[in-house]
Amino acid sequence: MQEVVQQLVNGISLGSIYGLIALGYTMVYGIIRLINFAHGDIYMIGAFVGYFAIRIFHLSFLPALLVAMAVSAVLGMVIERLAYRPLRNSTRIAALITAIGVSFLIQNTALLAWTPDPRSYPDVFPLRTYEIGGVYVDNRQIAILGVAVVLMVVLHYIVNYTQIGRAMRAVSQDADTARLMGIDVDRVISFTFALGSALAAAAGVLVGIYYNRIDPTMGSMPGLKAFVAAVLGGIGVIPGAMLGGLVMGIAEVAVVALTASTWKDAVAFAILIVILLVRPAGLLGRQVREKV
Amino acid sequence: MSKSRVLSIVLAAVMVMTAALGAGANAPFKIGVVGPTTGPVATYGLSVIDAVTMAAEEINAKGGILGREVQLIIEDNKADATETNNAFRKLISRDQVHAIIGAVVTANSIVGGQVAQMMKVPMITATSTAEKVTQAGDYVFRACLIDPVQGVIMANFAYNSLGVREVAVLTARTNDYSVGLEEVFVETFEGLGGKIVAKESYSEGDQDFRAQLTKIRAQNPEAVYVPGYYTEAGLIAKQMRQLGMDQPILGPDGFDSPKLFEIGGDAVYGSYFTNHYHPEAGDEVSQRFLDNYRAKYGKEPDGFAALGYDAALILFNAIERAGDAALARNIAAARAAIRDEMAKTKDLHVVTGVLTLDENRNPVKSAVILKVVEGGYEFVERVEP
Repeated sequence: MQEVVQQLVNGISLGSIYGLIALGYTMVYGIIRLINFAHGDIYMIGAFVGYFAIRIFHLSFLPALLVAMAVSAVLGMVIERLAYRPLRNSTRIAALITAIGVSFLIQNTALLAWTPDPRSYPDVFPLRTYEIGGVYVDNRQIAILGVAVVLMVVLHYIVNYTQIGRAMRAVSQDADTARLMGIDVDRVISFTFALGSALAAAAGVLVGIYYNRIDPTMGSMPGLKAFVAAVLGGIGVIPGAMLGGLVMGIAEVAVVALTASTWKDAVAFAILIVILLVRPAGLLGRQVREKV
Repeated sequence: MSKSRVLSIVLAAVMVMTAALGAGANAPFKIGVVGPTTGPVATYGLSVIDAVTMAAEEINAKGGILGREVQLIIEDNKADATETNNAFRKLISRDQVHAIIGAVVTANSIVGGQVAQMMKVPMITATSTAEKVTQAGDYVFRACLIDPVQGVIMANFAYNSLGVREVAVLTARTNDYSVGLEEVFVETFEGLGGKIVAKESYSEGDQDFRAQLTKIRAQNPEAVYVPGYYTEAGLIAKQMRQLGMDQPILGPDGFDSPKLFEIGGDAVYGSYFTNHYHPEAGDEVSQRFLDNYRAKYGKEPDGFAALGYDAALILFNAIERAGDAALARNIAAARAAIRDEMAKTKDLHVVTGVLTLDENRNPVKSAVILKVVEGGYEFVERVEP
């Protein structure tokens, strides 16, 4: 029993990381229908910016987090301006391939600049471990889950209840009509990228602190798994990203606990295939027929 | 075309030709060195390359080998199999090297060894421990102990010196080195009468091991064997402590890196690992190496550096013994002559002990067990072959 609860805690803490990364993924997709494969790499950049903010400028946790989010937001806007905007009217596949290219570009530039040697994250968030009946939980796990839930709520609020959120939804429904209604479509999309990238950076810093190890390729696998989490929850649906992340995390841990650990990564992608076959709109997505 | 332009082209051509002629008369011994100088395990590659560079500079300062200079051609393979293949082919076909020192990590050396064997170029890896590497054929050598030796030594140490009877293993399923060590450790430990209570695995690059560790915790082992690299070992140690597990961690030479401390913090203290070398366990060759390395690089050499230096010594020594045969203009003949002498290496004093190569081109020499303590490694015991 104690083992089951501990594994559940492990699964939720892993899942909240996937959820945290998936939030940005799903929001960008929800607005402009682009799977931004560079998201995992912006997450990595965020972790590194936070690292340098703490190591070189001796910032404490919160300011470092804000700096990382701000820098990544700007980076996200720049990427959108240079790589995606020129392709706004091309096919979706062109934008998708560009996103993969951007991902490689960022990752390899980081490899060149920062070397692939892993770095240890500065200890700015003192670790406290709590033991409750043989089950161990620490404050960092709680912080990650807490931040993920708070960001999910904030994001949901922005998209559904603010002026810019209404503009975002309008653009997502029909960009041309939105433009006719006086919405500055480019600005809205730029804002969407800024927001998504800031979220990725927040995840990067938190994960850096949590595991205490960052390197330029750290974004690849979590990026892919967060993508699966977003699809699982229903891509474009914000609470879906969180739910998808948690389901993924718990599923991975369950596989290790019940069968052999070798199957762990295979399961994430098996879930993706099953979801796409059985319920392509995801757990919380609405089944809509594509108009042709 | 202006007159001065024509003149400069002619001059350039003359210079190239003289350079080429000069090379023919007293050509250096070209030695390729392959290892990761970038990538997740760059510290291994850099240690080996620094040490080989130092060995080459030392021998050149003494007038080279057989009056010829040793020229190193260093290739970064990023610890990647494809890059290794390309680097070996480039060194052999384009640079026409006499021999290759490398690769560094096991999976790369398996690839490199196949290329070297096929093209009949002597290769010596300093640090690749899997048995499979030298099974590629008679052109492939190594300077380090093979996995079975490390696995056997650690199993014996755990059972006899630490007195533990129930051990869990956590293996990197995606890594030949890790899997090789695990097999031998499990076989030896069970053979002694010990029990393996849990066998779990992970993929390289993973950051979260809590699920596997929770499963291991339920079996309550007395120690956990983690045959892997420092990047994951540090995180595993940390997460074990966070889950309330205080068992000692046992490991292989992959633990040997200052990054182990940075990543694992105080969670890694009290771990034991098998290694090839410790400054306290050496003779005069070892002492001289230590002094020179400190003077040149301003830091302590790790086990990888010691092995890199040894690999260079084995190779240089063989070239020297081959004599005129190694000077042959026909590069294939020179390579074959060097290979034949390498195979005869016997009782050579190197940094990590006194080394003889057996019929499978693997060294017979002693190993050490080190304990991870605050600020470094403590020498525990020396194990003779």
